[in-house]
Formats: sequence, structure tokens, C-alpha cells
Amino acid sequence: MNFEVIRDYLPLYFKAFLLTIKIGWIGIALSLGIGVISAFILHFKIPVLSAIVKVYVELFRNTPLLVQLFFVYFGLPKIGISISAEACGAIGLGLLGGSYMTESFRSGLDAVPLSQTESSLALGMTKGRLFTSVILPQAFTLSVPAVVANLIFLLKETSVFSAISLMDLMFTAKDLIGLYYNTTECLVMLVVFYVIMLLPVSILGSFVEKKTRFKMFGN
Amino acid sequence: MEEILRVENLSKRFEDISVINNLSLSVKKGEVVVIVGPSGCGKSTFLRCLNGLEEIEEGEIFLDGEKVSSNKKNMSKTREKIGMVFQSYDLFPHKTILQNITLAPITVKKRKKAEVEEEALKLLDRVGLLSKKDNYPRQLSGGQKQRVAIVRALIMHPEVLLLDEITAALDPEMVREVLDVVLSLAKEGRTMLIVTHEMAFAKAVADRVIFLEGGKIVEEGAPNDFFDNPQTDRLKRFLQTFSYEK
Repeated sequence: MNFEVIRDYLPLYFKAFLLTIKIGWIGIALSLGIGVISAFILHFKIPVLSAIVKVYVELFRNTPLLVQLFFVYFGLPKIGISISAEACGAIGLGLLGGSYMTESFRSGLDAVPLSQTESSLALGMTKGRLFTSVILPQAFTLSVPAVVANLIFLLKETSVFSAISLMDLMFTAKDLIGLYYNTTECLVMLVVFYVIMLLPVSILGSFVEKKTRFKMFGN
Repeated sequence: MEEILRVENLSKRFEDISVINNLSLSVKKGEVVVIVGPSGCGKSTFLRCLNGLEEIEEGEIFLDGEKVSSNKKNMSKTREKIGMVFQSYDLFPHKTILQNITLAPITVKKRKKAEVEEEALKLLDRVGLLSKKDNYPRQLSGGQKQRVAIVRALIMHPEVLLLDEITAALDPEMVREVLDVVLSLAKEGRTMLIVTHEMAFAKAVADRVIFLEGGKIVEEGAPNDFFDNPQTDRLKRFLQTFSYEK
């Protein structure tokens, strides 16, 4: 292992690291927004919209991110919409993540027992009040583990961004290996940067899970 | 005594199974009516129809002389007047015991928080659970949870209280602590409709006992007549299932 090489590459990796984080988190924010809205649509069984959401979820869950990125990156310009590679990455990740987040939030909403609804109605609560005070807080807690798993999965999926020539971590590593053949150093640095990116999410995720897991069981 | 609840020709079907069959009932203010019957006889469904958790197909329900069966919009208003406690307690797991009790009066009745909390603490004290006010439901035993559920219904000041097999999920000692609370409510003159399998308790608490089968009232009477001198063969057979002989 040549530490001088590592020192030389560090700024390049760091730049790629920041770009990966930036696009990754914009995509994730997008996916959370899509997920919450779609889950509400499914939960309230809104006609037409819920059919659209179902098709969307199945379409995006069952195709690879790479294929979706190609569609956005090469397809949109064909119909006259050209956007930057960065925006492509964020949108692609947001759409893929949105389909996963939809399912996570929906399963959380559905997992709140019907008896909670009935006992709230029996207390005279309106449907709106019951949703905000009883269903939503419990559904949130129930979906935290799945959402955290999605976050980690989505951040790792950013590694295919290199395919649309975004200078993310993966792209940088492949590029440097191709130019200078310092394979070991480049790959070790790649692993280290991914771990640095994901470990805090993982730790924070477990923490939030513990915090929100109120005395859930056996009501 | 004035009448508080009247049910006229109530019918309810699930697909092609008739669960409630042309049932009529009148309950006076302060009366405790216990409904017994075999599984699937429609007792729970009947209670659930009364506060609109099940839609009714035919018949009418009057609370305080006002018709409640058909106007869906006012259902939540009606439900404020008819409290219900369920077999599975159904406390809110994400709220403390005190919050469980105060949520509905504060949000539904728009009462002041301080005033509601004061009343909640008094009621908790009455059922012997004042020390649990800041605990979460899961930290309580089944019997304690059920007592909280009763308090949660009481604080809405319901005119009628429906108790749906509230001890069915409890072990014997806990049954006792819950039923003692119900007995004290009966003594202070609360109007209650109680579905239960605890025959000894039914005998002690009831002003009137109703035997339901196939969604119909098969027999009804004062508890002493009902249990000691049943008229119909069906009720005799039903009551025999509760006694054991070698």
C-alpha cells in the first residue's frame, strides 16, 4: 500500500464523496416526499390516483436503477427535455426510492390495528382527528426500521451514477484505476469512503428506531 | 324511570348470514342490562350497531328520544354519548395512561386540559391506578389496562356505557378487579349494556338479563328468575354449560 498515492487522491475522493452525498440525499428527500404522498393515496384508497401509484410502485421496484437512469438520461432529451447529469441522478434515485418508501409507509399505516380506529371512533373522534392523533404516530414508529433500511440501500445505489458520467465515488475510483493502475489503494479508499458515508446513517437509524419504539407491544 | 335507549326492529346481515334479527329493546335510565348467549349469537354485533361501528340495515335506534340510526354525519356526536369498552382494551400504545384518558375530552369535547387532567386523576384514583398515570399501556397488566379503558370511556360522560366482553381476555384475579369497578358503576346508577360470559357477575350486576340467540331475544327477565328458573329449553341448556358435575 502506497500512502503517498492515497494522500494524492484524497482531494479527488473527497470531492466525489461530497457529490455522492449531495445527490444521494436530494434523491432521498425526493423519495420520502413521493413515498409519504403515495402511501396516503393508497391508505385512503383515493380512486384513480391509487391505481396510478400501484403501477408506479411495481414499475420502479421491479426494474434496476441503471435502466431507470438510462431512461431519464437518454430518454428525456429525445422528447426535448434536457437536464444535467446531477439532476438525472437525483430524479432517478428519487423515483426508485419513492417506490420503496411508498411500501414502507403504507405497511406502517396498514399495520396499525383496526381496533385502534374503532376505539377512537367510539370515543367520538372524527376520522381526521383519529388519523392525526392515533394512526399517524403509530404508523410512523412502525415504518422507521423499513425506512432506515431504504436509506442505506438508496445511498449504496448511488454507485451506479458513474454510468451516466457523474463523478461520484465509484466513477472516481474506476477512473483513477484506469489511469494509474493503483488498484489496491483506490479500492481501499472506495470502501473507506462508503463506510464513512453509511455508518452514521446506520447508527443514527438504530438510535431513532430505539427512540421511537415506544412501548409498542401488547398495547 | 324514563327511557334512555330504544331499539326498534333492528336487523343486520353479513352477506347472507342474518346476525341481528328484528330485535327490539328498551333501556331505562340507570338500568343495567346484561346480554348473554352462545358465540356468534350477535351480542357483540348488537352493541357495535348501537354506536355505529356496524351499519344497520333495518330498524331504528333512539337515544334520549332522538333518532340516531341513519344520520351518519352526527355519528361522532352520538358516540360521545355512548361510551364503549372493548375486550382488547385498545389503549393508545404511544400515549401515557393520563394522555390516553385525556385525548378525547380535550380534542373532541374541547375541554380545558387542566380541568380534564384533574378529573382524569380523580377517576384513576377511584380505580386504584393513580400511580400509573405516567406509565405506558404496555407496562400495565391486562386488568389494569381494562380499568384504564373504562376510565377513558367514563371521562366522556356517556349517557350509556357499552361493555363488550371486557373480561374475556383476562385471568380470574384480574377479572375480579375489573368487575368490581363495573359493580361500583352500577351502584351509582349508570346505564349500562353489558355483554359477558361471567354468569355470577351477570347475576350480581344486572337489573335485567337477556338471552340472545340467532340475533333474537330468546328469553329475558330479572336475574333471579333468569338464572334460577329459566323458561325456555334453550336457555336451560345454555346455563347448564356453565355448571360442572362429575
